[in-house]
Formats: sequence, C-alpha cells, structure tokens
Amino acid sequence: MLDNIMVLVQAPLVPLQLLLDGIFIGAIFILIAYGLALVWGVMNVKNLAQGDFVIMGGYIAWVISNPKYMGAWAVHPILGLPVAMVFMFGFGWVIYFLIIKRVVYRDMFTSLLATFGLAIVIAQLLNQMFGPEVQVANSGYPTWTWGLLSVAAIKVVAFALTVILAAMVVIFMRYSRMGQAIRATAQDARAAKVMGIDTEHVYAFTYALNAAICGAAGVLISMIWVIQPFFGLPYSLRAFVVVTAAGLGNLPGIITYGLGLGVVEQFGGFILGAQFQQAIVVMVLVLVLIVRQIQQNRYRQAVV
Amino acid sequence: MSVSPKVLAGYGAILLLSLLAPVLFPNYLFQLAVLWMMILFALTWDIMGGQMGYNSLGNIFFFGAGMYISAIVQVGLYYNVGEYTDPSGTIEASFTPHQYFTGLTLGIIAAALGCTVFSIIFGRIVFGLRGPYFAIGTLGVALAAGELMGTWEWVGGGGGIPMPVYPYGPDQRARLFYYMCFVLAIVTFVFLKWLYSKRFGHAINAIRDDEEKAEAMGIHTLRYKTIAFAVAAFFLGMSGAIFGNMIGFIEPLEVAFPTITFGIFMVVMTLLGGKGTLWGPVLGAVVFHVVKETTWTYMLGWQWVALGALIIVNIVFFQQGILGWAAEKWPERFGIVVDKSRTAGGR
Repeated sequence: MLDNIMVLVQAPLVPLQLLLDGIFIGAIFILIAYGLALVWGVMNVKNLAQGDFVIMGGYIAWVISNPKYMGAWAVHPILGLPVAMVFMFGFGWVIYFLIIKRVVYRDMFTSLLATFGLAIVIAQLLNQMFGPEVQVANSGYPTWTWGLLSVAAIKVVAFALTVILAAMVVIFMRYSRMGQAIRATAQDARAAKVMGIDTEHVYAFTYALNAAICGAAGVLISMIWVIQPFFGLPYSLRAFVVVTAAGLGNLPGIITYGLGLGVVEQFGGFILGAQFQQAIVVMVLVLVLIVRQIQQNRYRQAVV
Repeated sequence: MSVSPKVLAGYGAILLLSLLAPVLFPNYLFQLAVLWMMILFALTWDIMGGQMGYNSLGNIFFFGAGMYISAIVQVGLYYNVGEYTDPSGTIEASFTPHQYFTGLTLGIIAAALGCTVFSIIFGRIVFGLRGPYFAIGTLGVALAAGELMGTWEWVGGGGGIPMPVYPYGPDQRARLFYYMCFVLAIVTFVFLKWLYSKRFGHAINAIRDDEEKAEAMGIHTLRYKTIAFAVAAFFLGMSGAIFGNMIGFIEPLEVAFPTITFGIFMVVMTLLGGKGTLWGPVLGAVVFHVVKETTWTYMLGWQWVALGALIIVNIVFFQQGILGWAAEKWPERFGIVVDKSRTAGGR
C-alpha cells in the first residue's frame, strides 16, 4: 500500500492517468445518478434496480455487436445507444405499469424492496440468458499513448456522448412540455393534477426516461469497462452515494460528486489493490451516510 | 394472562414433534436444522423490521460476524490462526473431543457477546438514518463486511476457513446440531414473546408508529433502538456460530455474509408470514423454507428468478402477509385482541 502511494508521488503521470480514468467513468455515474434523482424526486421511488437497467443496456450493445446473436447483422456497439434507449424506454414503461404504479403511493420501504426484487429478477434473467461470464463490447477504436499516459479513444467518445446526452436531458427537462409537466408534478403532484396534468402519464414517462438514461449509460459502460449480470448492485449503490451526497434536484452537486466518486474509486483501487474495488464503493456509501448524519445532527434531525 | 389448554396442547405438540424429529425424519435432519435457523432469522429480523419499523437489509452482518468470531476463537485457542488458514497448509490441525467442545462452547458465547458489541457500534453508524437511507446503509455495511473479510488474509481471505472437524460420527453430529438450532430458535421465540409483552414491546411499537411522538412522550428512542438491535445481534451471532460449525467451512461471500440469499430471505419470510406479529415470521419461515426446498432443485437455475418474482409479488400485492390477511378476514379470531379488564372503565 505504501509502495503504491510512493508511486503516485514519484511518477506524476500515474495520478494524472487515474484522474483521467476517474473522470471518464465518473461522467457515466452522473448519468445514472441523475436518472435516480429524477425518479426519486418526481415520484419518491427509490429505484434499487437502477444498476440492473444499466447492465441490461450494456447487454443490448453487446448482443447487437455480437455475430453469434446477430449473424451478418452485427453492427458496431455504439449503434446500441439508440437501440438500448428505445428498448429500455419501452421496458421502463412496462415495468411502471406492472409494478411501480402500485408502489408509488405506498411507504418508501415498499418501493425499495419491490425494486430490489426487480433487480434480482433482471440479474438472474441475464445470467440465465447470457451466462455469468464477464463481457465487453469491443469498439475496435485505437488507444493513444504518450509515454506512460494512455487514453483509449472510446473513453473520449463515450465522454463526449455522455455530455451530449446529459445536455439533451437537461434541455428536455427545462423547455419541453413534458419536462415542464414532470417538474410541476415533482413540486406538487396534487396541484399538477388540478391543473390538468395527467400525473399517471408523467410518472410512467419519468420512469421510462430513467430506464432509457440507464440503458444509454450501460451501452457506454459495456464499451469502456466490462459488464456481467451481477454487476448491477454496485451501480445502484454508486447512484445512491452520489444522490445522497448531493441531494435531490441539485445538478451541479450530482456532477461534482459523480466525478469525485469516479476519481476516488480509481485512486482507492490503485492504492489498496484491485480486490478492494467493490469494497471501496460500499465504504464510500457508508462514509457518505455517516457524514450526512453528522451534518444533520447539528440541526438535531435524522437523515430522512 | 392465562393460557388456554388448547394453546398449551398446540405448543406441546410442536415441541414433541420437534424433539422426536431426529427419530422420525433422520434423513432430513440438516434441512430441519436449517428450518429452525430460518425461523430464527425471521424472528430476529422482525424485532427491527416489523415491531420497530426499521427495515434493515444488513442484519446478515451479525450472522457472518458471529461465524467468524467463533471460528477465530475455536481455532485460536489451540493454534495460530494465521498459520492455520495459510493455504499452503504448514500445520496439521486436529482437535481432540475436549478441545473441540470447549472451543465450540466458548466460540458460541464469544460470538453472541462480540455481535452484541458490534451491534452497538453498528447502531451508532446507522441509527441517525431513516427509511430508505437506513435500509441502504445497513445493506452497505453488510456488503462492505463481506468484501473486507475477503481481503483479510489472516482469517483466510476469499479462500475461507475450514472449521474444526467433529470428533465423533456423522449421525451424532447431525443430531447435535439439529438440537442446537432447535433450542436456540425456541429460546429466541420464548424470549421475544416475553420481551414483547413488556414495556419494551410497547416502546418499540411506539417508535414504529411515530418516532417523534414517542420521543416527545419520554421514550429514550436511541436506547430502545440499540437494545432491539443488540437482541437481534445476540441471537443472530449465536446462530452464525452454530451454522458455521454445521456447514464445516466458512467463506466470506457465500457462507458468512450471503446478503442476496439469507439476507434477503429474512425479509421475504417475515413479510410472507406477516410482519409485526410473533407467529408471522415463524409461519412465513416454515412456508418459505418448505416450498423452497421442495421446488428449488426442479427449477434448473430459474429458482433465483422465481425468488425475485416472489419478492415483488409479496411486497406489491400481499404486503400484509399470511397473518395480516387472516386478521382482515377473521378479525375475531386473528385480529388485535383488547384485554378489556385492563382498559379504563373495563370497556
């Protein structure tokens, strides 16, 4: 461990590399966390299936680029982006009417446990369909190297796509009719209903939009990292970390903490060793919750 | 409160059947031992989840912690734990009957006490959280514990620890562990029955119904929450110690901290039976375990999908559970009974 810290001090390119990787991966955490904050803020559903939506999106990109499944129709995984978004939007819509609709007005543990069940179903279905192996959708892009510093082109492309996607979602939320309806419902569902907004429709759209965002994030992750049926839960926890630290409806906060989490994970993984990768995610979660409690304690309040 | 002869006969029949189980069903002893363990899981989860309204997803932490504490005590009494768990196998470990049983007894006691201490520390970390944050926070602690144990080489890391080998025959071993699980579950049940009938039961129910009001009424909520957590941890720790020895091999992710299996089974069983009741968790555990054991192997890998679907159906459509449903259907038989002699004016 000390050796690794010494490496960081002595070779300035190594921390730079970690910082870059952290930012590239953190950008995708922002997408996932934004989707969670959207669903949480609008309909008060804590979606623990968030990470499994991500993994599902990743598998869509992997399948459409895999000749084993698509034969001659196999295409570049980056084309999975629109496919996954459309598919996941539909999937989210169906899940809303099957499950989420019935838990929106119930207490919070109901939604948490119901989506936890959903997460198990998705992970196990993917495991049954594609097996437990770790997969990667190969983009075939080159890797640029300058000395010790190496940057895969796909990471830059994914970063650019993330920024474009995030900007599109923000613009959509701000200027479109549906975006306005979503924000109105988030502020006061009853008042929105009185004003003639079909809140049921808004909820379904919000949940489906979240699934689509997660699907897009998954496509990018399948190309720059790896996917596996059971990797969903860490992504859900990461989204919770970011949203808990930033608070709801705080976009700058989500961006800061999303990038921060990506960087912390990269540095932590380098210093402590790769076997701590998962442990770091949960330890950051526990730390964030402790810090939140200390903050709230000053006002003699619990973290609700 | 007097107990009617009918109820007494019912308790007697269950006890007798359980005592005779090793004679009646010798081939299913392991499954029956696990069934008692499941009942214990559901009962201890219900202290927090049902009676107090704090839905923890991380109670499995105490199960795994108890398992590891007892393993360290049992091995550490006679050998150096680091050398014992070394995968290259530098020492030839064997335990005489006397060593084994001393270690087992001390291990179980240490597990119970150690987990109680852990619960107080753990409680300080999570009791400022409410609702979903509490559930996610406890889940985080349990997951972190499993991951960190997997990297701790002194206790075997991801490779795990082989537990001391039982000195006598396998039949006797199966019977011994069956009775241990049985006694532990019965003690837990009786203890909780007594506890819920005291001020403690009313206090934690008040916390569930409205924590702020409970606090305003002068209930020291943090103290009650810590005690409730400690009771759950005490019994879960012991069950972990016994289970570790029954399985004979400890491994961090699948055996000691199985968040996705036992950790979620606890919740499902309690919800299935009806949370916030004494018999609900027992009933839920029996139904869940019997259905699981009879159908599990025939589903060819789809059982986990079925488990997830069961959770969804249970929580979305049948949240009141079997006993809750019965209380709605036959209120005079299963509903809340008001002891009229103790209400004001006898009404």
